[in-house]
Order: sequence, then C-alpha cells, then structure tokens
Amino acid sequence: MIYLDNSATTKPYNEALDAFRTASEKFFANPSSLHRKGGEAERLLRQARSSIAELLHVKINEVIFTSGGTESNNLAIKGTAFQYMNQGKHLITSCIEHASTLEAFRQLELLGFSVTYLSVDQDGKVSLDELKNALTPDTILVSIMHVNNELGSIQPIKEIGHLIKQKSRALFHIDDVQGIGKVPLDFNDVQADLVSYSAHKFHGLKGNGLLIKREKITLLPLLSGGGQEREIRSGTENGPGIVAMAKALRLYLNRAKTQKRMLETLRTHVFAELSIIEGIELNSSMSGAPHIVNFSVPGIKPEVLIHALEEKEIYVSTRSACSSKTAEISHVLAAIGLTTIRARSAIRISLSFETTKEQIDIFLNELQTEVPKLKQVMR
Amino acid sequence: MYDHIILRYGEISLKGKNRKGFITSLKKRVKQVLADYPAIEVHQSFDRMIVKLNDEDPEPILMKLKTIFGIHSLSVAIKTDHDIDLIKEKALQLVKDQMGNESMTFKVTVRRPFKQFPHRSQDMNRDIGGYVLSNTEKLTVDVHHPDMELKVEVKQDGAYLSCNNSEGAGGLPTVQDNKVMLMLSGGIDSPVAGYLTMKRGVKVEAVHFHSPPFTSERSRQKVEDLVKVLSRYGGDIRLHIVPFTNTQKAIQKEMPDNYSMTIMRRMMMRITEKLAEKNNALAIATGESLGQVASQTIQSMNTINEVTNYPVLRPLISMDKIEIMRISRAIDLYDISIRPYEDCCTVFLPEAPKTKPKREHANKFEQYLPIEELVEEAVNGVETILIKEKDDSFDELL
Repeated sequence: MIYLDNSATTKPYNEALDAFRTASEKFFANPSSLHRKGGEAERLLRQARSSIAELLHVKINEVIFTSGGTESNNLAIKGTAFQYMNQGKHLITSCIEHASTLEAFRQLELLGFSVTYLSVDQDGKVSLDELKNALTPDTILVSIMHVNNELGSIQPIKEIGHLIKQKSRALFHIDDVQGIGKVPLDFNDVQADLVSYSAHKFHGLKGNGLLIKREKITLLPLLSGGGQEREIRSGTENGPGIVAMAKALRLYLNRAKTQKRMLETLRTHVFAELSIIEGIELNSSMSGAPHIVNFSVPGIKPEVLIHALEEKEIYVSTRSACSSKTAEISHVLAAIGLTTIRARSAIRISLSFETTKEQIDIFLNELQTEVPKLKQVMR
Repeated sequence: MYDHIILRYGEISLKGKNRKGFITSLKKRVKQVLADYPAIEVHQSFDRMIVKLNDEDPEPILMKLKTIFGIHSLSVAIKTDHDIDLIKEKALQLVKDQMGNESMTFKVTVRRPFKQFPHRSQDMNRDIGGYVLSNTEKLTVDVHHPDMELKVEVKQDGAYLSCNNSEGAGGLPTVQDNKVMLMLSGGIDSPVAGYLTMKRGVKVEAVHFHSPPFTSERSRQKVEDLVKVLSRYGGDIRLHIVPFTNTQKAIQKEMPDNYSMTIMRRMMMRITEKLAEKNNALAIATGESLGQVASQTIQSMNTINEVTNYPVLRPLISMDKIEIMRISRAIDLYDISIRPYEDCCTVFLPEAPKTKPKREHANKFEQYLPIEELVEEAVNGVETILIKEKDDSFDELL
C-alpha cells in the first residue's frame, strides 16, 4: 500500500496503539474518582500532560486536552469571542481556513459578531497590509492557520504575530494542525496565544486533540460540567487516547528531527517530476510545507483518477477530506485564483516521515501511465 | 544560528575559598539537568559556564537551565573565530533576528579579556555598531536605555556574541551536605518555603504528617506531587511520611479543644527534630508567615518553638499571602496546592484555636500526654520514599 493521504489522517504508530491498550486495561478508572485506582489514572494523566508540555516547550498549565482539531479550533475561536465580547465584537481570519474555523466564524456572524476574511495571493498567503488595515480597537481575535491543508502554503506567521501585538490587543490563534513537526513553530517567537493540534495527524488516534492556551487567557467553556481541564473543557478525560497521543507525539517529533531533510528532498523530487508530466499543473509552491503537494489534471475528474490509482493500492485525495462530500469547488483553490476547471480537477498528495522514494516513484509512474489513458477515455 | 548558551554565576563570584566547591556543584547540576542531551558540552571558567549546544535546539535547554540555583543570568550566543569581519557579520545576523520587523534602539558592548586580539574594545564598539546600523533599517543607537544590548566578548578561544540576558533562578548552588528538614503540609505556603530554602544552596528532605483514614491517599499523592515539582529545582528529594493518627487521636481525647492545635504543632516539631537528628539535617524549615493564622501569631511561634532548639527557618515570615501565591504560581506549585483534600492541619482544626497560647499552659496540659511514646512511635513508623526528579513510572506508556 502506498498511502499518500497523510493530511487527512495518518496511520497510528504501533507503539501508540499498544499504549492505548495498556492504559485502557490498567488505568481505566475515572481520574476524578477519589480511590486509589482513580488516583493512579490521575497520575498517569498528569504525567502525560507534563510529557506533552515538555515536548512542545510550554507549561503544564497551558495544555488543554480536547477531542481533536475541530474542537480545539471551535474552543479557541468561540471561547475567546464569548469571553471577550464586551471588549469588542470584531474578529479576523483568512478565507482559506479549515472548515472547523470558517464555520465557527460563520456561526459567530449569526450571533452578531463581525468577521473580516483576509484574502490570499496566488501562493495562498495573506497580506500583512490587509491585516494591518483590518485591525481595529474592536478586534478581539485573529485566527490564522499555519500550514494550509489543501495547498501546503505557509503563512508569514511570525510577522502576523508581531503585527497583531503591535497594532492591537487582539488574541492570536494559530491552527497548526497541519504544520506540526514539519514546519517549525516557536510559540514565543510568533507571539501565539492559542494553538490547535490534532493527534491523528501525528500518528495518534482519532478523538484526541490539544489546545495550547497561554496561562493568562480565559476562555468561555463550550462544554460545561464537572470542571475538568481547569474548568475549560468538562467531560471525563479520554485517558488512554491522551496517553497514546503523548506517545505518538514523542516518536513523531523524534522522527521529525532525522527525517525532515529527507521529506524536503522527496518534495523537490515530486515537484520536478510532476512538472514534466504533460497535462499536469502544479498548484502548490516550493515555498510551502514539504509534505503537501497539490496539482490539477484539467480535463480529468479527480474521482476517476483517485479510483484508478487505488486499483494500484495508491491512495491520494481530492481536497480536504472534511469537505470532499460537497460538490462546490474548493474555497482554498478558488481563493488563490484558479480557474474553475483547474480547481475542479485538483489532486492532493500528502506525505509522512514514513513515505519512501520508492513509493513516490511508483506513484509517479502510475500517474504518468494513467493520465494519458484517462484523457483519451474522457474525450 | 545560536550555538552556545552563556551562564553567569550570581553571588558565587563573591565567594573566596569556597568558590571552587560551589562551581563544581553547579557544573554537576548543569550536567544532570541536561542528561537527556548527550551531545551537549559544558565548560567552566572563572565567572561563567559555557554550554556548547552542538546543534541542539536552545529553547528547551534554556528552560531547564532556568531551574538551577546559582545561575544569575543566561543568554544564547554565537561563537566566531578571532576575525573582525566575521564578528561584524554575525553581529548583524543576530541583531536582525532579534529585531524581526520592529523598530528598535540598541547599543554594543565589547569586552576583550583576550588582549592579543589586535582591536581595542572602544574601536570595536564603534566599528561593529556602525556596520550593523548601516545594514539595517529601523535601528537607532541609544547608549542609555537600549531595547537591545549586543554583547561581544573576545575570549581566548573565540568571540562570543549575545543579546538580551534572561534571568536565571538566582540563589546558590546546592551543597548536598547542607541538609534541612522541610515541614510540608500540602497547602500553598510550605512548598514555597521549601523552594526558597533550597534556593540558598541547601538540600531539603520533606516531612509530611499523614493521618489515615482521616487524611486520604489523595492528600498523600498531593504531597508527593508537590515534592516532585520541588525536585525540579534541586534533584531527587527524600519524603518522610509520618504516621500521625495516634498522636492526633490522643490530642483530641486528652487536650483542651482550644490548645489542641498548639499542642499538635509542638508534637510535629518534636517529631521533625528527631527526624532531623536521625538524618543529619541541621535545621527545620516551615511555611509560617507571621500573623497569617492562629498557629502563626508571635505568641504561637513562641510557644511552639519552645520544644526545639534547632534553628527554625521561616523564609515566608514577612510575606503577604498574595506574594506567596505569586511565587507558588510562578513555579507551578499552585494548582497542586489547591487540590481540595483534607490535610493534617485542617482535618482536626478546632472551632476556636487559641491565638495567644502560653508556654506554661501548654506544658501543663502536656503532662497528661505520653509525649515520648507518641514521638517514638511516630518516628519508628516513618515511611521514607525517594521522589525522583525524573518520574519513570509510566515511561513505557508515554
């Protein structure tokens, strides 16, 4: 199997699965229970939290466990909006965010907030001037993704952070779900207040995520109840999932240290090879993240190509898995100014640290064979 | 870009003959803290230590170094050869990195302990400053209150360039033989007292009074967790759990209600003194702050202190609660301290404890208490555990 859909989800590490199983068997008690078993589960949870905090270079108190990227984004955005709405009701984001961000903002618009959606250039980057003009004394939050999930474009996140803090008192939320380990992000350096992560993008399990929240910030909880996660996110903790996430994060960041350069070499190779296949147009740019390559094959329905490749055990995708069921063209590709015909025929491959050059070559070969074949049929 | 971290000693540089011992302890601790980074090298000199990163990321390492007592300030640095052009080039790179996109003021400070280097400090000041200025926008000079100070130190083995010091933990390096018993309840104050005691270069051992089933397993866990946080600052810590149920029961039964708290404290002090003696500790540390609660009035201290002639260190004595809480938060103790479990001090608290107890009354009442037996029983029943700085109990899972 050649799995090139790592931005949709990654395959869980065996070690993470083992940790999940052991934690479920041995430490199944509710961490809030007063008896010894509860105490053990609580200790394990605390240890997992401190391990994650250390890996991400943040304080233990700054780690909030959630159910995934979607919840982290929702909590960061709505939690900030509701908490600070009496200080202003203006919010800023970009027009190429993930659905969980965009839809959260749409909901807030219905509730009376005003939202500025920053446009992007043809490389998928927001403009600092536009952001500067959009910031008002009423702005309470700017939410920008670090690495775009469809294109791989990287935002000038440090400059954005500096600008926000210089010109306003707005909080800065970064959706770093796609960037982790592959494009470095130093929270202090970029002056982030909130950062979202999802475990299943780094070989952990679905149903686990993180929101990094600076200590001084308060969020209005979206889930109220027993007061877990320092009153910000109630609900019995998913202990085994969290343990698996801690394990996966450690292994993943270790892999990143040794494999990042390799990933960059692979990407350069893919770019070079794709650009010489006739009928293929590259949508991603070399300045983007090393693991996401988006290209179009105008004239061929992407579904057809995907199914043709899956016959060969090669798995690629059309666009964000979260939006692939809608018929509209990708809002991201539209935003960078692609023609409808090109946007409609986009294919995304996304690599992991496990991807090898052999796999990539097989994929490129198959693509080269399939494209002309399909073109003939479709005509 | 950064390849070194410079650590500057605080007060140790004032010490005369003990200096060498202090520096050795400090270096040992630095190596201990950085044990996870085998590539790193540590070199010491007269007034500083230099950590050679060998490609490790400086951020997490800085965070770890900031927990070490005896380090006054730290900064990330770039090392270059003895070559004025190279120095200028690196200086520019460093300033650009620190500035980002902002307007800033700066100044250059050059020190040249290595006198064989042919450029005088004053000349280099001007030279480097001029070069950086002419190659950046938005940068101006302010020699009095600069936003950024670029330090260049030309030493025998090369030139070190650094910006912006960050503060270290301060205090003195830990000397393993200077041992103090810390009375640790589980509240906000006593762990902070432990931290401040450790800061002055001593090793603490914690003493906790446990009264099952009145105090729960969770309150014991809470104390273990507090000790674990403390161990980040001075390495592994021994925790003595004292079985206190019988003593508390006897006090409840035999002593008048309004003196029960005073006498309980006297018992704790006696037991702690015995443990200090047994473990070669030279003093007792507590989290008392004058006047904070009934047991901490000057009269209470006088009456409670009567039972020991060991020095009782009270680092919080003059602090307001709010100052104590600030330290507690800053070193990550607070969230553990406020976990709502009963501890030895709260569980038997009388309705109206005496705020001005007298020595003679306490002594009179205690005639009816089998003091020595209770102390001996408690001391013999002590369970001692080692709380490790690095908890490896879940390592396989995580």
